[in-house]
Amino acid sequence: MHNEHSDTHFQSRIDNGEHIEAKDYMPEGYRKHLIRQISQHAHSEVIGMQPEGNWITRAPSLRAKQILLAKIQDEGGHGLYLYSAAETLGVSRAELIENLQSGKAKYSSIFNYPALNWADIGAIGWLVDGAAIVNQVSLQRTSYGPYSRAMVRICKEESFHQRQGYEIMTKMMRGTKDQQAMAQDAMNRWWWPSLMMFGPHDTDSPHSSDAVKWKIKRETNDELRQKFIDKTIPQAELIGLTIPDNNFSLDEKTGHYKISPINWDEFYRVIAGHGPCNKQRVDHHIKFHEEGAWVREAAVAYKQKHVKKELETA
Amino acid sequence: MTTKDATYTYTLRLGDDALILGHRLSELCSRGPILEEDLALTNVALDMIGRAQALLKYAADIEGKGKTDDDIAYRRAEINYCNHLLIEQPNGDFAHTIARQLFVSVFEFLFYTELEKSRDETLAAIASKTIKEIKYHMQHAIDWTLRLGDGTSESHKRMQTAVNDLWMYTGELFEMDEVDAQLMRDGIAVDLIPIKAQWHNDIKTVLNKATLLMPEDTYMQTGSKKGIHTENLGHILSEMQYLQRAYPDATW
Amino acid sequence: MATDTQLDLWEVFIQSKSGLPYIHAGSVHASDNKMAIQNARDIYTRRGEGTSIWVLPSKHIVASNPDDNDMLFDPSNDKVYRHPTFYLMPEGAKNI
Repeated sequence: MHNEHSDTHFQSRIDNGEHIEAKDYMPEGYRKHLIRQISQHAHSEVIGMQPEGNWITRAPSLRAKQILLAKIQDEGGHGLYLYSAAETLGVSRAELIENLQSGKAKYSSIFNYPALNWADIGAIGWLVDGAAIVNQVSLQRTSYGPYSRAMVRICKEESFHQRQGYEIMTKMMRGTKDQQAMAQDAMNRWWWPSLMMFGPHDTDSPHSSDAVKWKIKRETNDELRQKFIDKTIPQAELIGLTIPDNNFSLDEKTGHYKISPINWDEFYRVIAGHGPCNKQRVDHHIKFHEEGAWVREAAVAYKQKHVKKELETA
Repeated sequence: MTTKDATYTYTLRLGDDALILGHRLSELCSRGPILEEDLALTNVALDMIGRAQALLKYAADIEGKGKTDDDIAYRRAEINYCNHLLIEQPNGDFAHTIARQLFVSVFEFLFYTELEKSRDETLAAIASKTIKEIKYHMQHAIDWTLRLGDGTSESHKRMQTAVNDLWMYTGELFEMDEVDAQLMRDGIAVDLIPIKAQWHNDIKTVLNKATLLMPEDTYMQTGSKKGIHTENLGHILSEMQYLQRAYPDATW
Repeated sequence: MATDTQLDLWEVFIQSKSGLPYIHAGSVHASDNKMAIQNARDIYTRRGEGTSIWVLPSKHIVASNPDDNDMLFDPSNDKVYRHPTFYLMPEGAKNI
């Protein structure tokens, strides 16, 4: 009889392209990696609500306000799907939130940059969601079933996010001089951070090899980044935005763009907590989490008082 | 006053309620007590903004000066807004948000049920679409009122405070002026007298069930029909209108 | 620090069209029945995905043990006679 609880058997299932489900045997390293990656992904969605939320009350039209609200709501929903996927691995949402607030768990550093003008809402949708989608499309095939299913749903819902961002950028580039300046300013500030979203180069990425072996990650950081660069530069040029890179060029042979070196010092500085908004984002999360505690407690108390009634009417 | 002028004002009043409450609720994004509730409140906000769009567009059509719903939403001075004072009150703690939702949604449920019968076909159509949304808002508000009122001693206290704090703005919901009188004669507007009695009954039932006390009627605030608002509205508008006012030549 | 509550975990099943099966959509947190339905509605039917919702507390789900997969599922693999293609029909037979 083969041992269903062996790492070899597990790896052969992965190699066969099988999905792993919550109750299946998995090596501790796989479980840990997943919890870290899924929760980081969930936290990113939830913290990502803040920079865009910063512009909801100033959205310049009713249509823009609806779109932005619906989009941020999606981010919250995606955080929720992902928390649920992580919960299947035996960790509670309360623990995950605690890790976020204590700094033990990370979220995407991109959200530690401020959203300063209305075009930032365009740039976030187009560049940040654009980069995220490249990654997420790839993750639909991830080996862990609940994560994969969450990603399928997320990708379906996210398809409008990037388009609405590009629409804002297009409108602004076709608008007044002030609007064009705002759009270019947003481009200048979000371009490099969005490239950093894919993480360090493959040669410097501490988690990549296991993640690829286990098919949690299906493509490497550099492969995904290149895909994003190749599709985004022509989009920028189409609407007259300048790429804030004096030395990028198209390699005619490969069809790939080559860009200047990424400033990894900045990347690691922001990850270490010294981005413009790290403290603000976590403080915001803690503040409203704490302010909501009495509400959650009330809901539980009410349920306990009325639990009998509910069972009778259920 | 012509029926047309009266209908314009009447529609604007309804539109402003939806616009400003949608705005208030949108402020809560990323601030909910639990992620699920964050999304729920956003759904209510989206319903409100959608309703505002329909009503303000209709107001613009009646006015006939080629304006859009956005022109009406973003280019008016404070004194020309006619949302109820209750609507513009701050979100406060979750209890205040829920108390405001309770008072408003029970009112709107009764109101729009009647407006569905309006002889103005556009208003009747908007009412019949919006009544489904309102039913849900009302259910959501009632359920939370029960949980908070009959939850912990802290939530009970907060909910009672919220109900008491907002009570003085509820009287205005039932005020009628010459616009209402004119349109009631035309079979367009809703008579608020029976609605007031029903609203009191319904609210009393919910509060009782939630172990909360019905506040006593004291002085009721008034003014929105004449453009006299609380200090809150000016701040809402300075945020909401910022881009439209700062870049008047731009389209967004 | 008091332990935080994020309310209970529920599983959500959505029927997308009347007559179709209810399919697992995901999970929500909620304290009571009504909240679970409302949260499921607010989260999983934002794009007209649903005509009906089932929710149940996750703790009430009983799942098969993956270790029993051999025993549970393999024995049905060779029962080909349960499938219509197993049977030979005479040439020309119609509507069968």
